[in-house]
Amino acid sequence: MYIGKVTGTVVATIKIDHLQDRKLLLVHELNLDGEETGYYDIAVDVVQAGPGDTVMVIDEGNGARQILGIDPGAVRAVIVGVVDEIALSE
Amino acid sequence: MKFGRVIGTVVATRKYEDLDGIKFLVVQPLDDDLTPKGGAEIAADATAQAGPGELIFMVASREGAQALADWFVPVDLAITGIVDEVDIETGSRREQPTAVWYRPQSSVDP
Repeated sequence: MYIGKVTGTVVATIKIDHLQDRKLLLVHELNLDGEETGYYDIAVDVVQAGPGDTVMVIDEGNGARQILGIDPGAVRAVIVGVVDEIALSE
Repeated sequence: MKFGRVIGTVVATRKYEDLDGIKFLVVQPLDDDLTPKGGAEIAADATAQAGPGELIFMVASREGAQALADWFVPVDLAITGIVDEVDIETGSRREQPTAVWYRPQSSVDP
């Protein structure tokens, strides 16, 4: 999993059944200073996140299938949390 | 999933039997600003409706095969949707932190 920032929305009418009625968001990975690393992904949102939100993203197929309740399921990246606070220690 | 641009088609008459009926396309992977990134790849079209010139998104690795109706197939990249619109956030919520971020030396409030 990684911390990311929702940087946009993706609209697609024609898509596979696994993604039907799912919200797709563009996410950029953040480093520990909160800056974008340049890595991006198009993720399925299950926590009503929106553009600008700091989020937690899982990028693994089995977890994604479990969350979405589909098997087989062609989804890897899922936004699973909206982050309120991050505290780093020494 | 990543963005890609369909730049060609692939025809293979003789192929592994489970790949019969699957449409293969040549895709150019794209970066977040839709500029080409890396070399072109061959993707199976799970939407069955993509064509050259279209902006699509695709899923790689094991999940690529699972996008297809018969999912126990040797495929590692599949087109899962055709993009209508991408709306990119550029305002202050992109520039500034939207979570309280405590670092060892200081903290930044949203």
